[in-house]
Amino acid sequence: MARIAILSYIKRKSLVHELTGTTKLIFFIAWSVASMVTYDTRVLICMLLISVVVFKVSKIKIRDISIVLGLAAVFLLMNNLFVYLFSPEYGVGLYESRTVLFTIAGPYTVTLQQLFYHLNMTMKVICVVPVALLFIACTDPSEFAASLASIGVSYRVGYSVSLALRYIPDVQREYHNISQAQQARGIDLSGKDKLLTRMKNSVAILLPLILSSLNRIETVSNAMELRGFGKKKKRTWYAKRPMKRNDWLTIGFVLLILAVDLVVTFWDGSRYYNPFL
Amino acid sequence: MASPVISFKDYSFQYNAQAEPTLRHINLDIYPGEKVLIAGTSGSGKSTIGNCINGLIPFAYPGKSTGSLLVDGAPADKSSIFELSHTVGTVLQDTDGQFIGLTVGEDIAFAPENDCVPQDEMKEMVNRVAELVDIDHHLEYAPQELSGGQKQRVSLAGVMVEAVKVLLFDEPLANLDPAAGRSAIELIDMVHERTGAAVLIIEHRLEDVLWRNMDRIILMNEGEIVADMSVTELLAGNLLLQHGIREPLYLTALRYAGVEISEALHPEHVDSLVLGTEDKEKVRNWYQVQKAGIHAKQHGEELLRVDNLKFGYTPDKYNLQDVNFTIHKGEMVSIVGRNGAGKSTLAKLICGFEKPVSGAIYMDGRDIENDTIKERAERIGYVMQNPNQMISKPMIWDEVEMALVQSGMPKEERTKRVEETLKVCGLYSFRNWPVSALSFGQKKRVTIASILVQRPQVIILDEPTAGQDYHHYTEIMEFLKELNEKGYTILMITHDMHLMLEYTERAIVFSEGRMLADTTAAHVLNDPELVQAANLKETSLYTLSLACGIEDPQVFTECFIGYEKKEVR
Repeated sequence: MARIAILSYIKRKSLVHELTGTTKLIFFIAWSVASMVTYDTRVLICMLLISVVVFKVSKIKIRDISIVLGLAAVFLLMNNLFVYLFSPEYGVGLYESRTVLFTIAGPYTVTLQQLFYHLNMTMKVICVVPVALLFIACTDPSEFAASLASIGVSYRVGYSVSLALRYIPDVQREYHNISQAQQARGIDLSGKDKLLTRMKNSVAILLPLILSSLNRIETVSNAMELRGFGKKKKRTWYAKRPMKRNDWLTIGFVLLILAVDLVVTFWDGSRYYNPFL
Repeated sequence: MASPVISFKDYSFQYNAQAEPTLRHINLDIYPGEKVLIAGTSGSGKSTIGNCINGLIPFAYPGKSTGSLLVDGAPADKSSIFELSHTVGTVLQDTDGQFIGLTVGEDIAFAPENDCVPQDEMKEMVNRVAELVDIDHHLEYAPQELSGGQKQRVSLAGVMVEAVKVLLFDEPLANLDPAAGRSAIELIDMVHERTGAAVLIIEHRLEDVLWRNMDRIILMNEGEIVADMSVTELLAGNLLLQHGIREPLYLTALRYAGVEISEALHPEHVDSLVLGTEDKEKVRNWYQVQKAGIHAKQHGEELLRVDNLKFGYTPDKYNLQDVNFTIHKGEMVSIVGRNGAGKSTLAKLICGFEKPVSGAIYMDGRDIENDTIKERAERIGYVMQNPNQMISKPMIWDEVEMALVQSGMPKEERTKRVEETLKVCGLYSFRNWPVSALSFGQKKRVTIASILVQRPQVIILDEPTAGQDYHHYTEIMEFLKELNEKGYTILMITHDMHLMLEYTERAIVFSEGRMLADTTAAHVLNDPELVQAANLKETSLYTLSLACGIEDPQVFTECFIGYEKKEVR
C-alpha cells in the first residue's frame, strides 16, 4: 500500500532528535504557554526567530510537513477573516487610537491598529506551529508514552496515545482494503454522486471498519491484560532514555524564555505592546 | 509423580451470554514439562479451556463456573489475571493484534515494564529471550516490517520473558503459510526443551502440529473431553473422524488402501511409520488400480489472460513482475505462495484496484485496461478473506442487494436476481434474517452471494477458509465446488495445501513477486525444489509413496485426490 504519512515521526540525526521525549514535551508546553500569554510584539519577534533556528537545527525540511503547514495556513487565514468580520474595530479599542487607512464598506474600515492586532495574532500562531510540528516529527513514538508519564500523566493515558500510533498504519491499510472491495460493489466515493448519497456510501465502508476495529480492540486489551498491564500504579519504560546535559540546558533555556516573556509582558500591566501612544 | 501444574476437577463453565454451558464436567491434569495438544472443532470448547487457564475467564469474559480449577496449586477463581500471567504465558491466535509495542524490543519488554523492572535489567532480559527465539537482530523493527512467522517469535518471546511454567498457544498455525507453520512447531519444540515449561497447544490442524512429538492429545467435543490419550492411541482409533477433525493425510491414504491402522504401525508421524511388506503391497496395489482411472479434464475457452504484468507501489521496487497465465472458462485454480509473495497484489490488479506499471489483462480477449473498478466488477468478483470486512448492511437481503441498488437496476429485476442468488447460495430461507444471526461460514456465503448477484464470470476469493476447522472448511469448499460445477470460474488465493490439492487441479505458484510455476496442484507438492522456493511444504503423501516404493509420488497424490472425490463424497 502507498504510504500516507501526513504527520508522523521522521527519523533523522539532529540535536533536536537527540533530546529526550520529556525535554521536547516540556519545551513544547512552556513554549505554547509563553506564546499564548503574550501579545507583545517584541517578545513575539524574538520567539519567532528562535523557532526558525530550532527548525533549522532539527533538519526537518519544509516539504516533509508541507501538507500540515498548508492546513495550518488555511486555518490561520480563516481565523483572521472571522475576527475581522465580527469585530473590525477590536484593535482600535485595544490600542486606544484610530488611524483609518481606507474603508471597504459600511462598518468595515481598515485601521492601522486592527492590522497591527492581526499581525500579533498571526505571529503567535506562527511561533507555536513549527514547535508543535517538530515535537511530533522529532519524537520517537516509542518515547511518547514514557515522556507523558514522566511529567505526571497517568501511564494508562500515555499508553493509549502510544497504542493509537501503533495501530494507525493497520487501520489505514484496512480502510484501504475495505474501500476497494466496496468500490467493486458499486460504492463510489469519488464525488460524482450527491453529498447525501456519498455520506450513505461512506457508511458502507465505515461500518465494517468499525466492527473490525472493535474486534481488534478486544484482542489488544486481552493481550495487554494477559501480560500484566495495569497491575501496578507505576511501570518502567524500555524505550525511555536518560536525561543528558543538553536536555537540562534546553529545559533551562525554555524556562528562561517563559520567565522573560512573563516579565516583559506584565511589567507595564498590559499584555499588549502599544506603539501608538 | 509431581503434582499437576493445572488441574480441572469436575469443572463446568457457562458464559453469561449463553444459554448452555460451554464446558461440561472437565477432569484434566497437566503436569510440569508436559506437551499437550487440545484438539476439537470450533465450538467444541477448546479455546474456552485455554481462556480458563490464563484467566481471561472470568476476568474478561464473565460467566458461571462449578467444580474446581487449580493453576499452580492455587484456585484460579481466587487469583487474578495478573497473578495467573506469572504462571501461564499465552500466545494468542492473532499475531498482529497482540503485538502491542511499537518495535520488537518494546513488545518483548511489555510484561517486565508492567512489573516495574528497572531498565538495565529489562534490556538484559529482552536480549536473552530474543536470542533464544532468534529475533535478536530485529529488535528495532516495527510490526509491519516483520513476516507472520517473525511476529509469532516476538509474541512467544514476549510471554517467555517471564519465567512461566505453562506456555499456552491458541491456534498458533492459523495465520502462517505452510513452511512458517512448520518452523513455528519446531520453535515451540525447541523452547519446550530449553525452558522445561509445560506446553499446551490448542489447534485443529493435527497433522501440522504433530510434525514434532506431543505427549498427549485431549480431544474435545461439545464441551466435553472425549479422549485423553497418547497420540499413537488416538490416531489408531476412529475418534478423530467421528468428531470432525481431519486425520493426517498419510493415514487416510493407508485406510483407503485397506491397511489397518494400529499402534504397532507408529502412526504418529509419517517418518515413524513402520509398514510391513504386506502393507506396502496393499498401497502399491491400490495405486495401480486407481492410476488407471485418471484422465485429464478438457479445457474450456479462454476467459482471462494476464500478459507480462508488472507492478510496484514505488517506482524503484517491483512487487510483481513477469506474470503470464491464462484462465479458461469453468476452471478452478489455486494461487499459492508464502505471505507477501504477491498473490493479493495480483488480485488487486485484476480487479482494477491498482494499476499495473506495464503489461495487460484480457477478458474474453479484450484488454480491460481502461475499464473502471465498477465495470470490471460486473465480470470479476472479489471476495475478501474476512466476511466482517465486507458486510455493511444489517440484513441479509439488503447486503446481497446492495450492488444492484447502486447500479440503479429496477426493483422487480433486483428482487428476481437476489432471490435467485440466495437460492444458489442456500440462503433463501434466511433471506429476512439479520446478518448477525449467522455463523462465520454462513456469513462467508452472504459475502459470496453479494458478489454473485452481479453475475461475474470469474470469482476471486482471498483465503476462503482461513481459520476454519475441517467441518466449516468442507462446508465452504463444497459450496464453491458446486458453484464451479454450475459454470463459475473460480480463482482462490490460499496457503492451505490441502485445499489446493483437494479442490483445484491447477495451481499458479508465486514467490517474491514472481510467478514460479503454473502446473497441476499435485505436481506443485511433489517437486521438492518448487516446494522450497515457494515456502510451501510437501504433503505426507509424498513421503508415504516413497516409503512404499511407488515410482511416481505425483501420480500417487492424484490417485488419492481422485479417490476422495469419487468414493468418499
